[in-house]
Amino acid sequence: MANLPLTWDVDVRRLFEHAGRRFDLQVRFASHARRLILFGPSGAGKTQTLKAIAGLTTPDAGHVRLAGRTLWDRNARIDLPARERRLGYVFQDYALFPHLTVAQNVGFGLAQGPRNPGRLATPPQVLRWLSAFDLAPLAHHYPEQLSGGQRQRTALARALVTEPGALLLDEPFAALDTVLRTRLRQELAGWLDRLCIPMILITHDPADVDSLGDEVLTLREGRVSPEDATAVAARV
Amino acid sequence: MAGAWVPLALTLKVAGWATLLNLVLGVGAGFLLARRRFPGRDVLDALLTLPMVMPPTVLGYYLLVLMGRRGPLGGWLESTFGIHLIFTWQGAVIAAAVVSFPLVFKSARAAFEAVDPQLEQAARVLGMREWPVFLRVTLPLAWRGVMAGLLLAFARAMGEFGATLMVAGSIPGRTQTLSVAVYEAVQAGQDGLANFLVLVTSATCMAVLLIAGRLAPGRVAGQL
Repeated sequence: MANLPLTWDVDVRRLFEHAGRRFDLQVRFASHARRLILFGPSGAGKTQTLKAIAGLTTPDAGHVRLAGRTLWDRNARIDLPARERRLGYVFQDYALFPHLTVAQNVGFGLAQGPRNPGRLATPPQVLRWLSAFDLAPLAHHYPEQLSGGQRQRTALARALVTEPGALLLDEPFAALDTVLRTRLRQELAGWLDRLCIPMILITHDPADVDSLGDEVLTLREGRVSPEDATAVAARV
Repeated sequence: MAGAWVPLALTLKVAGWATLLNLVLGVGAGFLLARRRFPGRDVLDALLTLPMVMPPTVLGYYLLVLMGRRGPLGGWLESTFGIHLIFTWQGAVIAAAVVSFPLVFKSARAAFEAVDPQLEQAARVLGMREWPVFLRVTLPLAWRGVMAGLLLAFARAMGEFGATLMVAGSIPGRTQTLSVAVYEAVQAGQDGLANFLVLVTSATCMAVLLIAGRLAPGRVAGQL
């Protein structure tokens, strides 16, 4: 194991100051785990950490390396823009494009030009992901016509179609009610098992931790709890 | 009544070009102020909104000073390109564009602010450069608001009188737009012509407002 580059090598530090309140984010972890859970109450800095990994915010200091590839390093002045990091990101409320159909949403990342994918012609990769996630019958529906679970799968398919190097999931069940959450948790665990790419999932729900993660890091007030940090370090 | 169609055609031409100018400048400025933070943003916002509240004659005077032969812009245009703007229909376009600019700018800014920035972030993570993000996500979602602003600006440009008269004058067939022609007709006691011009203007503006009303507030296209 020691010779392989770490799957995750993350060190993000950022001081937020807003309206007299200070929040000091200092999240550092290194791990070989394919599936990692960042667990903690809301306001612990989970989403900020995920956004820093994806390049949607820029921390003050630190680095982000995934499988030996440096995405950001303050000292080495490396800063890949979000579009070049090749990461899949599933937002908390899925952030589906409301003006595009399910098929257009999923195909969005395949066409880099100034125009959205057409409503009628659907590329084969998109069709493959649509059927893999049982979305084929909904291909021409708009996001507002979908149920919570269908939206989640659309967001997942949209993130995966570009073949990202890692998947980042921000509270994938927060937008759902309790009954649905239990069912979808099992469903998602099934989907994720079949994917071979590394992923980080963040959640404040202990139930997610049991069913979804290989390794758990608890975040509190902007820091990884010391016990988890030591446990992970021992395995590295 | 045949004399009414010349000013109508000219008015549509002037208002059309002014609206086209504002499509670029107003939408650009609206996007800039909605999405970027920089020092002096509030001052710039106030400055760009100023034409909405200032008397058109004051604006016309500013434009005369700026674009006149001895003005900084007018002098440069004449010496470099041999272009005169004062007393031309192009001058009328600029006057109409300045007066109607805030209507496009304000609607565009509000429409862009209503677009969830997270959708733009989602597009960036999917590999999109900034220009495709704007064309494929931001603009389509803000389009109704932008369009409503453009139509209002078109209507406002059609009715422009004060600044146009000062900058472009009232040369029949060349710079005499509908609103100026109405004034001239009344001054000359041509009541029949004045009545006709007034009806044509009212009908056109009404049509534009009806279309704008259907596009305007309430639902922004597809927004949940």
